[in-house]
Amino acid sequence: MTTGDIDVGNPSHPDAGPAPLARDRVVIRFAGDSGDGMQLTGDRFTSETATFGNDLSTLPNFPAEIRAPAGTLPGVSSFQLHFANYDIVTPGDRPDVLVAMNPAALKANIGDLPPGGILIVNTDEFTKRNLTKIGYAADPLEDGSLDTYQVHPVAMATLTRGALEETGLSKKDAERAKNMFALGLLSWMYHRPSEGTERFLREKFARRPDLAEANILAFRAGHAYGETTESFAVTYEVAPAKLESGTYRQITGNTALSYGIVAAGQVTGLPVFLGSYPITPASDILHELSKHKAFGVTTFQAEDEISGIGAALGASFGGALGVTTTSGPGIALKSETIGLAVALELPLLIVDVQRGGPSTGLPTKTEQADLLQAMFGRNGEAPLPIIAPRSPGDCFGAAVEAARIAVTYRTPVILLSDGALANGSEPWKVPDASTLESVDPNFATEPNAPDGSDEFWPYLRDADTLARPWAVPGTPGLEHRIGGLEKADGRGSISYEPDNHDRMVRLRAEKIGGIRVPDAEVDDPSGDADVLVVGWGSTYGPIVAGARRVRGMGHRVATLHLRNLNPFPANLGELLHSYGTVLVPEMNLGQLVMLLRARYLVDAQSYTKVSGLPFKAEELQDVFLGYLDGSHPSSGERGSAPQGVDA
Amino acid sequence: MTDQHTSPALGALVDLGLPGIGGLDGVPTAEEPQSAKDFTSDQEVRWCPGCGDYAVLAAVRSFLPTLGIKRENTVFVSGIGCSSRFPYYLNTYGMHSIHGRAPTIATGLAITRPDLSVWVVTGDGDALSIGGNHLIHALRRNVNLKILLFNNRIYGLTKGQYSPTSEQGKVTKSTPLGSIDHPFNPVSMALGAEATFVGRAIDSDRKNLTAVLGAAAAHRGTALVEILQDCPIFNDGSFDVLRKDGKENRIVPLTHGEPIRFGSEGADGLGTHAVVADGLRLKVVDAASVDPSDIVVHDAGSHELAFALSRLSDQDLTHTVTGIFRDSSRATYDDAARAQVAQAKAADSAPSLQSLLNGRDTWTVAG
Repeated sequence: MTTGDIDVGNPSHPDAGPAPLARDRVVIRFAGDSGDGMQLTGDRFTSETATFGNDLSTLPNFPAEIRAPAGTLPGVSSFQLHFANYDIVTPGDRPDVLVAMNPAALKANIGDLPPGGILIVNTDEFTKRNLTKIGYAADPLEDGSLDTYQVHPVAMATLTRGALEETGLSKKDAERAKNMFALGLLSWMYHRPSEGTERFLREKFARRPDLAEANILAFRAGHAYGETTESFAVTYEVAPAKLESGTYRQITGNTALSYGIVAAGQVTGLPVFLGSYPITPASDILHELSKHKAFGVTTFQAEDEISGIGAALGASFGGALGVTTTSGPGIALKSETIGLAVALELPLLIVDVQRGGPSTGLPTKTEQADLLQAMFGRNGEAPLPIIAPRSPGDCFGAAVEAARIAVTYRTPVILLSDGALANGSEPWKVPDASTLESVDPNFATEPNAPDGSDEFWPYLRDADTLARPWAVPGTPGLEHRIGGLEKADGRGSISYEPDNHDRMVRLRAEKIGGIRVPDAEVDDPSGDADVLVVGWGSTYGPIVAGARRVRGMGHRVATLHLRNLNPFPANLGELLHSYGTVLVPEMNLGQLVMLLRARYLVDAQSYTKVSGLPFKAEELQDVFLGYLDGSHPSSGERGSAPQGVDA
Repeated sequence: MTDQHTSPALGALVDLGLPGIGGLDGVPTAEEPQSAKDFTSDQEVRWCPGCGDYAVLAAVRSFLPTLGIKRENTVFVSGIGCSSRFPYYLNTYGMHSIHGRAPTIATGLAITRPDLSVWVVTGDGDALSIGGNHLIHALRRNVNLKILLFNNRIYGLTKGQYSPTSEQGKVTKSTPLGSIDHPFNPVSMALGAEATFVGRAIDSDRKNLTAVLGAAAAHRGTALVEILQDCPIFNDGSFDVLRKDGKENRIVPLTHGEPIRFGSEGADGLGTHAVVADGLRLKVVDAASVDPSDIVVHDAGSHELAFALSRLSDQDLTHTVTGIFRDSSRATYDDAARAQVAQAKAADSAPSLQSLLNGRDTWTVAG
C-alpha cells in the first residue's frame, strides 16, 4: 500500500476488524536511538494504559550520554512497560513485543525477545551504512535470522513523512514524528485510549501548533496503518485490573518522593528547605520541588553536594525541615555533614537515589549498593535511621515516614531509593491527604534545667524517645551553642570527659535503636514454607513475582520485605529464626545479608546481581526453585564471561 | 560615586527601590539596652595567652549591644580552627560546625530566617583552603551574612603548618625548606568573587575594627571582614610592623569620600603619603610631590577602585590598606529566594495537597 491509502481519521473507534484476542498481561519494549523519543513514547503509552485501568510497571533504560553518537549500540534507549488485568509488581522480564526503531536497537534488544515474540521494525533505518556501523554483515530482516519471531517490517519514517506531506514541515521535522507513528500503531494493537495523548501533544507543543498537529497526524497515521494493513490482522485486549477501590494515578518514584517531601512539610507544619546539587538520577526531585513554592518549599541549588546538605542543616537549625537529595557519590561528599547532623541531633532528611557504583559507575542504571554506606559511612559511631521504599508509589509514604522520624527523634534520616524506582512508574492509589497523621515539631520554648534554674540544657533528653529539645534561634532565654565537639550529657557544653563520651555514644545509639518501627510481616500463604526470601527496596517487585511463579507451580515459599533498615523491626530476629532457609536477593554483593547475619546470627544465604538492571522474576523463580530443591544456585553465573558488548 | 549604590552605613542614603535594605532590617530590636556582659557566655575562654582572638572577642562583645537587636536573634556559625571556637564564648545562638562549611550552614539559616542576624567566624585555613569554594559562592550570591575572616597566616590548631595566606618562603613544620605556595590576597579574592562588602581591620585597632563591623552589620548582603591577627605560638609577631613605630607609614586607612592620605602628619595636617593612579594601577607617592587633585578619593561604591586598592597590600606588609574597600548594594540571594516563595504563595494562597497528589489524570476503581 502507499501512504496515500491511510485514512488519517479519528482513531477513537477502533472496532473494525476481527475480535481482539484476550491477554492477561503484555510486556512491550520500545527501543531506539537516544534522540528517537523512546522515553516519551513509552511514557505516553504508560499514561494511556493507566487511564485504561490496567495495572502496570515500567522500566526506562537509557544511556548516561544525552546524545550518544546516532545509530550506535551505546546510544540505544529503551522503555519497557508491563501491563495486566491483575496486580503486577515488576516491569516484566522479557518483552512480548519489541519495537526497534533502528538496527542498533534491534541488536541490543533482540536477545531478550522470546521465540514467537512480536517484532516491529522501522525498516527505513536498515541501510547498509547503518547495518555496517554496528557490525551486521547482512541485513537481519533478509537473512532469515529473525525467522523465529513475528516480524512486522514498517517503513515508519516514510509513512510518517507521507502522512505529513501536506503540513509543509521539512522532511527532517516530519520524520521526527515517527515515534508517534509507532505509538499510534501500538495503541491500535492494544486498544489504548488516545484522547489523552492527543491532549498531551497539544499542550506540549502549545507554542508550535504546527508541530502539535504533525505529531497528532503521525499518531493517527500509525493507528490507521494498523487498522488497514493486513500485516496486523490481530489486536489484543488486556482488560482493566481489579485493583483495590479508590482514586488512582500513574506516578514515578521521583515524583512520589517529591510529593512526600511536600506532604512532610504540611503534616509537620514546617517550611521545607531543599539544598541540593544536580546529580543523576536524583535531579528530578529538585526540579519537582522547585515548582511547589506555594506550599512553603524553598529550593536551593548549591555550589556542591556539601553545600547542599550544609544549607539544609542550617535551615533545620533555624526550625525548617531541611532536606537534601543526591545519589551515592553525593552521599560520599556529604558524609562529614551527616556526621555533624548526628552530633547536633537535628532533623534532616537525606535522600539517596542509588545508582551503579563505585565512583561514577553507572549513572543512569540501578543498584542498591549504598546500604552499608548509609549504615556506616561516617567517622565514629554515627548511627542514623534508614528507610527504603519498595515501589515508585511507596516513595511517597516512605518520605513522609522518614520526615516523621527525623522530626520526632531529632535525627538525620537516610531514605534509600534507587534508579529503578526513581524513573519507573506504576498506578498509585492516591492517598487521602486529610488522613495523613500530623507531627508536632514540639519546639522548646522554656528553660528546662532539672534544678529549676533559668538555664537551657540543649542535650537533656525526652525520657521516652531520647530526643533532645529543638530550640530555634529567636527563642528568648534559650540561647545555646552546639557543635561537632562532644557535648556533656544534658547540659550540652563541650566535654572531653571519658565517661561522658562513652555515655553519649551509647545514648545516641540507643536513641536510634529505640525508634519505633512497624513489625515485619511475612507473606507465607501456605503457612508452612521452609524458605523465607528477605528483600529490601526495589527488589520487592521481582521477589514477589518470583514467589508467585513458584507458588503457582505448587511450591511453598515465604517472603518478607524490609522497609525499615535501621532500626530493624523488633520481630525480625524471631521471624528469621523460624525458617529453615533464609535467602536474601540483592542488587549488591550481599550488604543486607551481612547485617542480618551479624545482627541475628542467622545463616542467611545471599543471591546477588549487579548488572544495573532489576532482577527478572524468571531469574528469581529459578533461584527459589534451586533453594527449594537444595541446589543453592550461586550468583554471578549469568553473563560472567566477558562479552565485549557495551550496549 | 559611580553608578553603584552605597549602603546607608556610609551615610549616603540611596534609594535602591528595594524594601528593607539595611542588613538588620527584619531583625527584632531589643527592648532594653544590652551590655557586653549580656553577650558573654558562661564558658571559659580557652585560647592561648596573647592570642589575637581575645581582642576580637572583646571588641565583638562590646559591639553587638550597639546594634540594638535582640540577642536571641543573633547567630554565630563557625567552622574549624582556633577562631572557630568563637561562638562558644558569646551568649547568642551558635553553631561550631565542620571545617570550611560554615558559610553553607549560614546560607540555609539566612535564607529561611530573615529575622536573624547571621555571622560566620572563620580563619584563613577554614575559609580560604578547605572552604574556599563555599566562601566564593556565598560572596557571589550575596546572602545576608557577615563573615569575619581571622587571618593569622598559619594553621594554629593543628600546630603550625603554613596556610593559604602564609608568605612564600615561610618555614613551618610542613615546609622545612620554605613554603613554595603563592598566597591568597583575601580582599582581592573576595572582590574577584563579586563581594558587595569587603573590609579589613587589625585586631588591636579596636576603633577601626568596630567601625568596619558596624558597616558590615548594616550592609544587606554578604560582608567579608578580614581581621589581621597574631598567633603568638606558631606565627608570633607576624603583624608587628603594623603595630610598632612607623606603622603609620604602612597602614593605609580608607574613608569613603576622602582623599587617600596616610603616614606621619604633613604640613596640611594630613598624611605625608598619598595614593595616586599609575596607569591601571595605584601607587604610593609623597603627598607633597603631586597635585592634590591627582590624589585618589576613596569611593566604596567602585568595584574597580576597591580591587586596585587591594593590590597595594603585599605579603610583606609594606602598605596594608584597612577600612572598607567596597560597600555597594546588589539584590541579595536570600531576599530574592523568599520573594519567589512569597510570590508563589500570593498566587496560590491555599494550595491543596490533595490536588497536587491527584495531578491531572486520575481514574477511579469502584469497590
